[in-house]
Amino acid sequence: MSDTTLNATSSKAVSVVAWWKYPLWLLMGLGFGAVLTKAQVISVIRVRRMFAFQEPHMFLVIGAAVVTGVISMLIVRALRKTKTDVSGQPMEFKKRPFQTGIVAGGLLFGVGWYFTAACPGPIYALIGTGTWTAFAILAGALVGAFLYGWLKPKLPH
Amino acid sequence: MDPSVPITDPLPWYIAGPLLGLFVPAMLLLTGKEPGVSSSFRHACAVLPGAKAIDYFNYKVLKDGLWQILFVVGILLGGTLVQFGLGGAGVPLLLDINLTGLGLLGLFVGGIAVGFGTRWADGCTSGHTISGISNLSLSSVIASACFIVGGTAASLVDRFVFGGLVP
Repeated sequence: MSDTTLNATSSKAVSVVAWWKYPLWLLMGLGFGAVLTKAQVISVIRVRRMFAFQEPHMFLVIGAAVVTGVISMLIVRALRKTKTDVSGQPMEFKKRPFQTGIVAGGLLFGVGWYFTAACPGPIYALIGTGTWTAFAILAGALVGAFLYGWLKPKLPH
Repeated sequence: MDPSVPITDPLPWYIAGPLLGLFVPAMLLLTGKEPGVSSSFRHACAVLPGAKAIDYFNYKVLKDGLWQILFVVGILLGGTLVQFGLGGAGVPLLLDINLTGLGLLGLFVGGIAVGFGTRWADGCTSGHTISGISNLSLSSVIASACFIVGGTAASLVDRFVFGGLVP
């Protein structure tokens, strides 16, 4: 944490993204995707067995990720009152207000997750493994996102 | 995917789960962003010519979304790294039923549900379940429950109504 950042009166002082974040985002994705793949979270077999409650693997992976995330973020919030990252920019906690789509969109995504056996992260990881059929899922997801953007004014939120 | 790939044990949950969870504090502390994937679909639509006529796609993709595009390209490369450098996933990734025309159509239609659903819910398993709950968002808990309920309902309908369209 530099003094410049602490004393900054305008947000402009910290609005320039540090250059090293760009390769870091790529690297973070690489690590995230590698763990998803090695843990077989991207496999149709694990996803089918999850939704049929035949094995606990997926639930345990997700559960352990959530517990670790909650505990580590409680520690981060307690120790870092400035709520800034190491470059002095704010940590962006996305606001997620409750709205109809949380339930309706959530259920719809669950159905899609079962039938494609891929949530969004694994779609990309699957393509990376050379599982070319995942392009069909990605194409569908892009069409779905476009349809949502188009119909958004007519949907309940 | 080669259906002859045998099913081997995954990276255990007690290693994989905590590793995935640690991406939340790591990314927030180092880069100021929460891990999230499904907004990348929005960015991909927003760069299409003419998309800016729709409010939802009218924003500066390079300014707001470049970090996320890099993150998902990284995820793709992570799959490549494991497949070709770290011994593979050790399990079939898609079943050969998906290789038929009908199977591909099924994946496409299912993909529409994934894209539409995650945008309507404003997040997916990474954005809501991992990042959202880690930051104590109640909506994310509800969204995550709905993901599981939706998938389980689809599984039941598939098995007991359609007699198992998907193996």
